[in-house]
Amino acid sequence: MSISLSNISKSYKKVKAVQDISFDVNPGELFGLIGPDGAGKTTIFRILTTLLIPDEGTAKVAGFDIVADYKAIRSSVGYMPGRFSLYQDLTVEENLSFFATIFGTTIEENYDLIEDIYVQIAPFKNRRAGKLSGGMKQKLALCCALIHKPKVLFLDEPTTGVDPVSRKEFWEMLKRLQKKGITILVSTPYMDEAALCDRIALIQNGAILDIDTPKAIVSKFPKTIYNVGANNMYKLIQSLQDYEHLYSVFPFGEFVHYTDQRESFEIAELKSYLEKAGLTDIHIEVAQANIEDAFMELAK
Amino acid sequence: MKKENVIEADQLTKTFGDFTAVNAISFEVKKGEIFGFLGANGAGKTTAMKMLIGISKPSSGTAKVAGFDVYSQTEFIKKNIGYMSQKFALYDDLTVKENITFFGGIYGLSRKKIKEKRAQLISELGLEDISNKLVGSLPLGWKQKLSFSVSLLHEPKIVFLDEPTGGVDPITRRHFWEMIYKAADQGTTIFVTTHYMDEAEYCDRVSIMVEGKIEALDTPKKLKEQFKVESMNDVFLKLARNIEAP
Repeated sequence: MSISLSNISKSYKKVKAVQDISFDVNPGELFGLIGPDGAGKTTIFRILTTLLIPDEGTAKVAGFDIVADYKAIRSSVGYMPGRFSLYQDLTVEENLSFFATIFGTTIEENYDLIEDIYVQIAPFKNRRAGKLSGGMKQKLALCCALIHKPKVLFLDEPTTGVDPVSRKEFWEMLKRLQKKGITILVSTPYMDEAALCDRIALIQNGAILDIDTPKAIVSKFPKTIYNVGANNMYKLIQSLQDYEHLYSVFPFGEFVHYTDQRESFEIAELKSYLEKAGLTDIHIEVAQANIEDAFMELAK
Repeated sequence: MKKENVIEADQLTKTFGDFTAVNAISFEVKKGEIFGFLGANGAGKTTAMKMLIGISKPSSGTAKVAGFDVYSQTEFIKKNIGYMSQKFALYDDLTVKENITFFGGIYGLSRKKIKEKRAQLISELGLEDISNKLVGSLPLGWKQKLSFSVSLLHEPKIVFLDEPTGGVDPITRRHFWEMIYKAADQGTTIFVTTHYMDEAEYCDRVSIMVEGKIEALDTPKKLKEQFKVESMNDVFLKLARNIEAP
């Protein structure tokens, strides 16, 4: 195992940040921790990168114990924290050589690992890190986390607040790093990014809701989901919430996702109910569940 | 049945030195509309929004917000709009009640009105049990819902929401949008930025900014037809991609 946690718990005073969490990440795996702010994702990262000692439980990273062998872990992992934490007053190049030096290496030695990311920021190598755009800061931080050729890479919400185009590029970079044999643990609040991981852990309020491949998690969804659309979204949601057979209703893009309490369900019946409620342009069809549906069902 | 415009921007431009952050954007937003204001990081959204809420003077062009001029009547604009961002919303060291009272005071509501609004808001959000708790101790999703309600305290004509749902869990994110629909249904105009493309689909109309310009503006349905794709995410990727090509 590249990463292995057993029964890890951590509290901050009265707040239980993570409670009895166990999971394993295989070597070379791209593993996602998926959950909203406050789920406990950052606490897990800080424990695994030896910045925080758990109250209970044990964990190993790259074969080393997080408490006894913390120094060995620090030299064999790369960590990109959620908050930009490079030196703002150093240039792009200075930051990179600083991190290389600290880890007893040089930029040249492991350049092949960062090359396709670094070339994108190389034109700005003399610019101070504090003056970079969000997307470029993120690329520099990734280079700095990789420069000592880590076995395991920890990325805490690398794409939060990043636009869809830059997010897509970032995930393409991760896939290339994975091919080079690096194990990656990445967290995100964006459920659509979950589908890009080999396996994911859905996490909320410090506890794991489920661990599996994205496909398997979606296939476990217990209900048939219907896309429902009408001329007025607000009235549609209200009418569905008042419907006696409602199981759940959530807005999903241009439609709402509706599930019914009953085993047998007639589309025509719901349609006539909505027509009576004064809605027009009613559209009902069977839809595919996605990770977000699964998360909401498990989080109930 | 033509609805009135509550935002009108014409050739609105902002330059910083020789960099043009916002390049001659023109658009209108109608009363009660949910208007999605999208764009990549650095496309100029924040700069444009700052001009519309009256805290940054345009370099050229004109704009009216809630009927007031963005050059000369910024104080009136501020009284007629609500604003909420992900970064700064409420005071963590004040309780739920204190925050509502404080912002009510800032917006110039009378004591009686504040009391009335406070009771209404706390009951609508179901915050009775925690109204005397510090806001800092609440989960992010609750804070964002409270923050949105606070931005509506003075019954503004328009609310500007700058990435209101970033990092919020999926269920709360949807409750938040139900609140947005409700406010829009009651005639409040919603001007919202987001990086969640499924939220772009919830908007009546969406504009997409690319390098300072509005490159697309229509209903999500028509944009998807125009770019021949299935989702707003693909519309967004296509637009930004096309611009990158030489």
